[in-house]
Amino acid sequence: MKVAYFPGCSMHGTSREYGESLHAVAEPLGVELDEVRDWNCCGASSAHASSRMLAVALPARSLALAEAQGHEQLLAPCAACYNRLAGARHEIAEDAELAGHVKRILARPFENRVAVLNAVEVLRDLGETIKAKATSPLKGLKVACYYGCLLVRPAAVTRFDDPEDPSSMEAVVKACGAEPVAWRMRLECCGGGFSLSRKPSVVRLGRAILEDARKAGADAIAVACPMCHSNLDFRQKAMARDGEDKPPMPIVFITQVVGLALGIAPEKLGMQRHFVSTKRVTSRGNGEATAPAAEVG
Amino acid sequence: MARIGVFVCHCGENIGRTVDCHAVAEALGQVPGVAHAVDYKYMCSDPGQQLIKAAIAEKQLTGVVVAACSPHMHEKTFRRAASSAGLNPFTCEMANVREHCSWIHEDRASATAKAIDLSRMMVEKVKRNVPLSTIRIPVTRRALVIGGGIAGIQAALDIADGGAEVVLVEKAPSIGGHMSQLSETFPTLDCSQCILTPRMVEVYQHPRIRLMSWSEVESVEGYIGNFKVTIRKKARGVDEDKCNGCGACTRACPNKRIPSEFDCGLGKRPAIYVPFPQAVPNLPVVDRARCTLLIARSKGKKDACMKCVEACQRGAIDFEQKDRFVTEEVGAIVVATGYQLYEIGRDQGGRKDLHGYGEYGYGTIPDVIDGMQFERLASASGPTAGRILRPSDGREPRTIVFLQCVGSRDPAKGIEYCSKICCMYVAKHAMLYRHKENGGRAVVFYMDIRAAGKGYDEFTRRAIEEEGAEYVRGRVSRMYRDGDVIKVVGFDTLGGEPFGVDADMVVLATAMRPQPGIESLAQKLSVSYDRHGFINEAHPKLRPVETNTAGVFVAGACQAPRDIPDSVSMASATASKVLGLFSNEMLEREPTVARVDAAICAGCFHCERVCPYGAVTHMEVKDRQGNVLKVVADVNPGVCQGCGTCVATCPSKSVELQGFTDEQVWAQIQAFLG
Amino acid sequence: MEGTATATGFEPRITAFVCNWCTYTGADLAGTSRLQMAANTRIVRLPCTGRIDPAFVIKAFERGADGVIVSGCHPADCHYTAGNYHARRRFAVLRELLSFMGVDERRVTFSWVSASEGAKWRDVVNGAVERVRECGPFESYRALAGGV
Repeated sequence: MKVAYFPGCSMHGTSREYGESLHAVAEPLGVELDEVRDWNCCGASSAHASSRMLAVALPARSLALAEAQGHEQLLAPCAACYNRLAGARHEIAEDAELAGHVKRILARPFENRVAVLNAVEVLRDLGETIKAKATSPLKGLKVACYYGCLLVRPAAVTRFDDPEDPSSMEAVVKACGAEPVAWRMRLECCGGGFSLSRKPSVVRLGRAILEDARKAGADAIAVACPMCHSNLDFRQKAMARDGEDKPPMPIVFITQVVGLALGIAPEKLGMQRHFVSTKRVTSRGNGEATAPAAEVG
Repeated sequence: MARIGVFVCHCGENIGRTVDCHAVAEALGQVPGVAHAVDYKYMCSDPGQQLIKAAIAEKQLTGVVVAACSPHMHEKTFRRAASSAGLNPFTCEMANVREHCSWIHEDRASATAKAIDLSRMMVEKVKRNVPLSTIRIPVTRRALVIGGGIAGIQAALDIADGGAEVVLVEKAPSIGGHMSQLSETFPTLDCSQCILTPRMVEVYQHPRIRLMSWSEVESVEGYIGNFKVTIRKKARGVDEDKCNGCGACTRACPNKRIPSEFDCGLGKRPAIYVPFPQAVPNLPVVDRARCTLLIARSKGKKDACMKCVEACQRGAIDFEQKDRFVTEEVGAIVVATGYQLYEIGRDQGGRKDLHGYGEYGYGTIPDVIDGMQFERLASASGPTAGRILRPSDGREPRTIVFLQCVGSRDPAKGIEYCSKICCMYVAKHAMLYRHKENGGRAVVFYMDIRAAGKGYDEFTRRAIEEEGAEYVRGRVSRMYRDGDVIKVVGFDTLGGEPFGVDADMVVLATAMRPQPGIESLAQKLSVSYDRHGFINEAHPKLRPVETNTAGVFVAGACQAPRDIPDSVSMASATASKVLGLFSNEMLEREPTVARVDAAICAGCFHCERVCPYGAVTHMEVKDRQGNVLKVVADVNPGVCQGCGTCVATCPSKSVELQGFTDEQVWAQIQAFLG
Repeated sequence: MEGTATATGFEPRITAFVCNWCTYTGADLAGTSRLQMAANTRIVRLPCTGRIDPAFVIKAFERGADGVIVSGCHPADCHYTAGNYHARRRFAVLRELLSFMGVDERRVTFSWVSASEGAKWRDVVNGAVERVRECGPFESYRALAGGV
């Protein structure tokens, strides 16, 4: 399949490894990523908190560009980008007046034809291919699939899975030969954009997530959102209670899990870029961790 | 030559005020073919009708036009008058110069001109009317009732007590339906089986009821008064004539670990079983998918187990039995197929939009059960003999959380309707539990309390105010097992704060849905159903138990969520409709039906495809030697409702709708426009 | 009515084909509610919109109608279950045909009027009359049809 690719700011920044691993798995899985030329910010956080029109028009511009590139589907790996793009698409489709207004603002042809996909959805639908190509199935690796808040909600916008009881990430993890654990914090808030402004909140919320994943016996938490990743990975040390000595919990992107199962070298997947060591995960695949993993910083 | 009489009514001042009735009569008198035209103060009055009758006799009229009110008001009146004067009633028509003229216009000149036009249009139509006679069709005074739950039982008994024969078809091994599974019934808390069982026995013993359990309707042909129904009698594996219901076979069966459908999986049954002790008929059925012998045979192995055959002293076990088909002729059909519960967190028979509530852990947490399972736990005849015990460890729960509206009233989950009975049975459950478990805590999460009905609100209030059930207004977002308890995470919307409970057991009040397969049954009967599969009634207010197909009636929860009193009332109503239908030897129908001219019909059957009633059949046209020359369409006047869609569809204009022929419509157009 | 153009101006002649169960009854309700409306329409009552042959509409124009109204039960409310759906498809095609023939689409009004919508019927009638009035007399079609 060939899709328009919307990297958003994080694939080039804080979540380089998400972008790297996505590109690494795309090729063997037969997904051609055609980056939207001249894409712009999706407007997450700031735009949709300040102006509805800006929040809709910003993603609409990128959708219009993808449309002009001849695409019918657009992949936005970042959950926030995905949510903004799919949300804008939905709002425009539902509201003819808004659609007219947005078209005038864009001053370019825009039919709102492009469907917005996230990485989990794409990988779930490629489950059979992953299973067939998994040269290093992750046998025995217990993974807690963490959806966070943006991936499956609101239900009317996302539509690819049950908003209260999703199963797509688990299906991907299973396709990789690993074992999804049953746990209960899959859909809880990680603190999102408050990582810097309200650190105590993020620490409190993240700690509950980590503790539940540990309790469920997970070796790692799989995510599909740069924000979830940075909160749980970067703030993990702060989440440990005083005097507590628990093994760190690797936070990996779902694309990295798939990459390992496909036998791709960990450094190509950016496994070394995490704050929390991912050794527990990389040691499962065939490719032993070759690059030194940065220890908890 | 036509001799039409035109009678213009003043309707007191109602028409006369704006329409110059006398001028209308005069103008109509000039129309060719009009032999008589008069105006009168009140045409519908006795003297008015006399005037018409006298004129018909005196002037030898061949048709009548009454320019007065709407035909919906008095068409019957004037047709009756015309008929009593010897005219065919269908040569009498009305021009609506009141509702469609005098009442909506003020200008006398234009209103009068319009009244003249409307009357002339009718004169031209009546000139082309042909005498029609009422269609008479014979009635088979026998009814089919589909479904042997409380609604079907009640309908069957009422019809049979009224003197007609009834065929009662039930797809399960026994009649009784969901009501036989209930513990106590709201709002009186009387034991469900105690009131139901005598009715079931009555059905079995009734000389005019033919009970076919373990049977399903295969196909339906015909029309009101004359249905031909093929019923599939599924192979029971037991000879009904030989079996005396002693139960030796069920005791002998070694495979006793099969989850019982009747106990909603909480109890076990053997592979040859009677679903419950009070079953009617008291005949066992072989579970063909679970029987050791039949499994061995299907794999080509030799007979592995003959325990039941050995135990039966009457030689009634018959593994060779095949499904049999019987055809029954009936005059009316009552659909009473009832409901099923929303399948929580699982596939809903192909309905992808109804997949929901996986977050409640039903099916993975054993102590999360649905309302019907709670009924079985609370029932004295249930798997725990009426003790409310946790399925996981058999312990008495100290706290039970009840969730209302699981599936219901949530458009996001595909069901926006209210299931109606849950508020009541949850209050009942809470009460039953509090009666049985001293000091036990019953917490109910609700959205609204909808307890409209005689003694209903009093009942829910009693649960809250006297029986100590804790009602929390709000929803539950998630439930999970934490050690021995189920953590229930919810929100109290009145308190405005999160509300969590540690529960030992959770009972989900799941939505009511129509039975699986209702769509295919409805299609066999050509009755319509809504997007949920509930059978549509002919009119929501005034024809609540009739369907859009004449002769097919509907009772109970297959029409909408219903409780027992509602279902029983509906069932009795269908019985009265059926008996009313059967009180005539012949049925009379308006003759405004479609008719095919076999000489022109090319047999394209476009008409058949557009007919909403399946009234079009194929008819062979033969020569004298009996060779088929062509196959043409034919309309069954017993089934045709006279919509005329076939007429406008027919490319060769070989179908006509009697009373509304093309010629008549052309004449009306021309009468107005010239 | 004789003569379409009177001294006071043009009074359109409009034929209305309506179903018996919804629109005819709705028009009855307009009457019982004494809702005043233009006196330019003449109703032809049929059992169902499914019975309304597109040829009726063409015939009406041929005979000199300045406008036509077709109205029946709302979708899903048909007394005969599905007649109005067939009508809807049929009239979607007819509309195309008429516009191909050069008939100003303001001359044909399709609407759904239920038995409880007396006021809507008034609006449909008044709207149709207003639109046809703008179009003026439809002599051209009549002439084209052979000067009947």
